[in-house]
Amino acid sequence: MLGILRKSIRTGLVTIGDPIGSFNPPPAWRGTPRFDFAAWQDARPAAAACPTGAIRVEDGGAVRRVTADYGLCIFCGLCAEACPEGAVRMERELELPAASRQDLVVGAAYEIDAAGLQTRLVEGPWRGAPGARSVERTGAAVRQAVRKLLGRSLAIREVDAGSCNGCEIEIHALNNPLYDLERYGIHFVASPRHADMLLVTGPVTRNMELALLKTWRATPDPKVVVAAGACGISGGIFGRNYATRGPVDEVVPVDVYVPGCPPRPESLLYGILLAVGRLAPARAGAQQQER
Amino acid sequence: MTRADRVAFDSLLAEVRPLASAAARQAPGEVRLVLEDASRREEVAAALLERGCRFACVFAEDRREAEGAFHLYDVVEHPEDSRYLVVRYRIVPERPRFPSISVLTPAVNWMEREVQDWYGLEAAGHPNPRRVALHDHWPDVHPLRKDFAIDTVLPPFEGEPHVFRETVGEGVFYVPVGPVHAGIIEPGHFHFAVAGEPVIYLQLRLFYTHKGTEKRFEHLPFQHGVFLAESVSGDTSFGHGLAYCLALERAAGAEASSHAQTGRLVLLELERIYNHVADIGAIATDVGFGVANAHATRLREFLLRLNEELTGSRLLRGLVCPGGLRRAIGAASVPPFLEKIDSFAREFEDLVRLIEDSDSTVDRLEATGTLPPGKAGDLGIVGVAGRASGQDRDVRRDHPWGAYMRHEPRVPVFPHGDVLHRMRVRIEEVRESVSLIRAAALDLPEGPPAVALPPAAAGSTALAAVEGWRGEILHWVRTGEGGRLDRCRIKDPSLNNWPALVEAIPGNIIPDFPVVNKSFNLSYSGNDR
Repeated sequence: MLGILRKSIRTGLVTIGDPIGSFNPPPAWRGTPRFDFAAWQDARPAAAACPTGAIRVEDGGAVRRVTADYGLCIFCGLCAEACPEGAVRMERELELPAASRQDLVVGAAYEIDAAGLQTRLVEGPWRGAPGARSVERTGAAVRQAVRKLLGRSLAIREVDAGSCNGCEIEIHALNNPLYDLERYGIHFVASPRHADMLLVTGPVTRNMELALLKTWRATPDPKVVVAAGACGISGGIFGRNYATRGPVDEVVPVDVYVPGCPPRPESLLYGILLAVGRLAPARAGAQQQER
Repeated sequence: MTRADRVAFDSLLAEVRPLASAAARQAPGEVRLVLEDASRREEVAAALLERGCRFACVFAEDRREAEGAFHLYDVVEHPEDSRYLVVRYRIVPERPRFPSISVLTPAVNWMEREVQDWYGLEAAGHPNPRRVALHDHWPDVHPLRKDFAIDTVLPPFEGEPHVFRETVGEGVFYVPVGPVHAGIIEPGHFHFAVAGEPVIYLQLRLFYTHKGTEKRFEHLPFQHGVFLAESVSGDTSFGHGLAYCLALERAAGAEASSHAQTGRLVLLELERIYNHVADIGAIATDVGFGVANAHATRLREFLLRLNEELTGSRLLRGLVCPGGLRRAIGAASVPPFLEKIDSFAREFEDLVRLIEDSDSTVDRLEATGTLPPGKAGDLGIVGVAGRASGQDRDVRRDHPWGAYMRHEPRVPVFPHGDVLHRMRVRIEEVRESVSLIRAAALDLPEGPPAVALPPAAAGSTALAAVEGWRGEILHWVRTGEGGRLDRCRIKDPSLNNWPALVEAIPGNIIPDFPVVNKSFNLSYSGNDR
């Protein structure tokens, strides 16, 4: 007993400050691909290098449409390596969770020459919806919403609908003393009956489809659903095949998408807080219809 | 004689009549034998088992188009040989069956049934020939056959997913659990038959997370397959990614750069310690010792951050590549890295002391969930669970490659087989990994992070074995046309070890199931693929 106390005292306080506001990954962190659409001359090498098909090039006559989908991205950095002219760079910022699937897609359209080089930007660059978000501001606003709506308490039921267990490692990390999720009044519960939120990882397998649907039905309204990780958002590297249904939103409605492979704890936390901010509109009825 | 020089198969094969006449071929890490048909498989298996062999893996491939037949493979290990014996049997489509050897060695029970499910080849004489990988309510399909398209959309599944065996007796009742569990863990179904408090019979239903992974490999370019391999089991990203790259390198007849060979050892051991520390904490938490778990999860976070500082990824992803590593581990990063490893090692000893000094914790773990060595041997249990039940096996020592030739680990083995000793194996292994990391990091050669692989001839095959933190990982590949694989067989240690849980649980009470399950901590995704 004394040993336990001595160890606790010697260890001291390890919980970090606001994980989102003070986000500061080590220099070696691989980062997030950012696209300089205006300067990009040839998107084909990056598209060919992408393991999940997140970067797409569609040529129609003299016009090329280039899109990059953070919902498919596994943040491997191969696109940046394939783009020596620097139009794709790995930047030290998080790709933030989004409340709409489209918000994770960026793109532009070009005129191309006979050699297939992009000569002129004719449309974009665009992102699914305009307007940048500030991390700290949203975080603070959402925290207020948690306090107001749920009396500082949010219960999450995690559902692994086919994940590789990578997302689960980072979800577990939220519970460690450094991230200490409970300080936000958020905790994981054992039953969907006790939950306000389902945090779902995927790709949803054919064998888990019914279990996911039953878990969703067992969760009382109002409820929100967060899809975590490339697989949960889009099917990721597994895609859709004979054994998978792919994205979580093929099976249950999703409120927030958290990109990453797996998402960092900071991203997960942000996504959870973002989703809680959406609890009020969700309550209005869109989710009441039985699927 | 060093361990790498052990060649028991050379003399042993001459004693096994059906094998003696076949020409043995050498390949990196394997001895290959080809038999024209599977009719004498039982005789071969009996002779190999009698001589102390273990069947590590059974699988098949569809070569009807190229060679007019299916191939069935037995991957066999012998304690006195540093290679694996890979026996190939030809199975013609007109007679789609092979003799089962599950009665001789229950270690292959599930894997033979997988061959039935994936290819429609019957394991004749199997004592329990029901489906294992495809759930019972799937339509009659064989997804790994080449004429089954990966994007086939199957109709909605109807009917009973599985009829469990009856357990009869006065007062017997069933407790079904899962696939959605109470904690943040992967999905699977446990069907307990209980009389009073003790469990008398446990049946497992897995493969809920089956996502067509082996078939998916056939549709990705080699370089992209690494990322799929890293997603076989997320907690073993590096181990599976490494096994995949080793197999590709062997198929191409190449070796990774010398910098990468040593760097890979450091990273594989880092993966081992971050998982072992979390398991030790989780075992403590499942018997109510939350403070120890708080320290353990803190240490795990320390290690995840260290992973990221060294490699850019908390889970060591996206670093291994065919030919080496994508980035070198800079000489300047080694001293601060080793300082952190030292400080982890000190903290880890504090954690061990907290747990070992807690009599109530040790008391709960001792003689709980016991897997006797005899059963572990029969089932071919590998890794942590095997070593805690007297199975003295470790790929790093028994089938060394790369830097493990110079850095041989000391392998802890206990005969007890209970939760306490599965935890103690982990404790010893963390200590051993720390010294391996120290030695290897100081011995890290300068040079390019990777070599360019020569293109592998289409149709080449290779086997790679890696001791992941759970145990023996096998990847077997056959190269195909156009920079893609024709077949990739993944054997996670969980596929060997899940049946151990069925043997370790009876007699224990259901409230102890979580701690017993956690002490094995098997992968669902790695098993189900």
